[in-house]
Amino acid sequence: MRFAAELIVTLREGVLDTQGKAVTGSLHNQGYDTLEDVRIGRVVHLTLRADDEDDARRQVERMCDDLLVNDLIEEYRLTLETCDR
Amino acid sequence: MRSVVVVFPGSNCDNDVAWALEQVCRSAPVMVWHRETSLPPDTDLVVLPGGFTYGDYLRPGAMAARAPLMRAVADHAQKGGLVLGICNGFQVLTEARLLPGALLANDTQTFLGRDCLVRVERTSTPFTGRYEAGQVLRLPIAHNEGLYYLPQEPLDSLDARGQVVLRYCTPEGEATGAANPNGSLHNIAGIVNDRGNVMGLMPHPERAVEGLTGGTDGIPFWESVGEWLQGPIRGDAAREGDHGHALQ
Repeated sequence: MRFAAELIVTLREGVLDTQGKAVTGSLHNQGYDTLEDVRIGRVVHLTLRADDEDDARRQVERMCDDLLVNDLIEEYRLTLETCDR
Repeated sequence: MRSVVVVFPGSNCDNDVAWALEQVCRSAPVMVWHRETSLPPDTDLVVLPGGFTYGDYLRPGAMAARAPLMRAVADHAQKGGLVLGICNGFQVLTEARLLPGALLANDTQTFLGRDCLVRVERTSTPFTGRYEAGQVLRLPIAHNEGLYYLPQEPLDSLDARGQVVLRYCTPEGEATGAANPNGSLHNIAGIVNDRGNVMGLMPHPERAVEGLTGGTDGIPFWESVGEWLQGPIRGDAAREGDHGHALQ
């Protein structure tokens, strides 16, 4: 089976998000006074073969550990769906 | 002394490091491409130079840290061999987990390319034996991700164990917030691992070995390495008991 995985990687709470801070400042300058905070992350789309959804999840989690996510500073959310037609 | 400079796609300080080793240590390094799987026999020192490996894609140093040669570099470090990461090389060492922590985007939200001042915190390392404790050095920095980060508890413990080797400071040697160019926690500019044989730093000592190009405060850095590899160096007496025999 083929699976499409969407990985949303963000900096952990408490880790300075310089980009988010800059964007917050820019939006404040444009008058968005209700804005409290902006956190910016990264979206990674992966397509992979797997026996089932559990297998796909395990594979992507391993890729996160091995390269895609630095768990000292980042955390992630993973969603999976089958993309066989 | 046999030294190796690792060349990754996007390394751009490899020749500067080679120049510094040749000029100061009178020893030309072997340049080794990252796809190799082993280091030359009898390698003493491995240098990961500055640059923008893999275009800084994903996270700076992330993919270089997984290059084939890095397994051999980790083995070399494990055996007590010297490993030095400068700028992007420091980022590679943290991504490879050969040094603790991570380098985040500067809190200035800009690339920083200028000189900075750093205070030598510890001289009982293979890289700083020729400096005086507390000495203030002028060294160039050139980075976008130089904010040293570690969660509070391990950070305090890193500092307490004397693993902070260089700290951003004022001309008087005070590690103030104003003297901190990039927001690094505890003003950290360079650290060593627990054993002291692996060092990472954001400033560029290889770019400070010629008066003509802005300064010579990097010369003792390379002299220290050369001296360490050719015999015992004078240690920081106060810390000798804790760290002086860590590299056996």
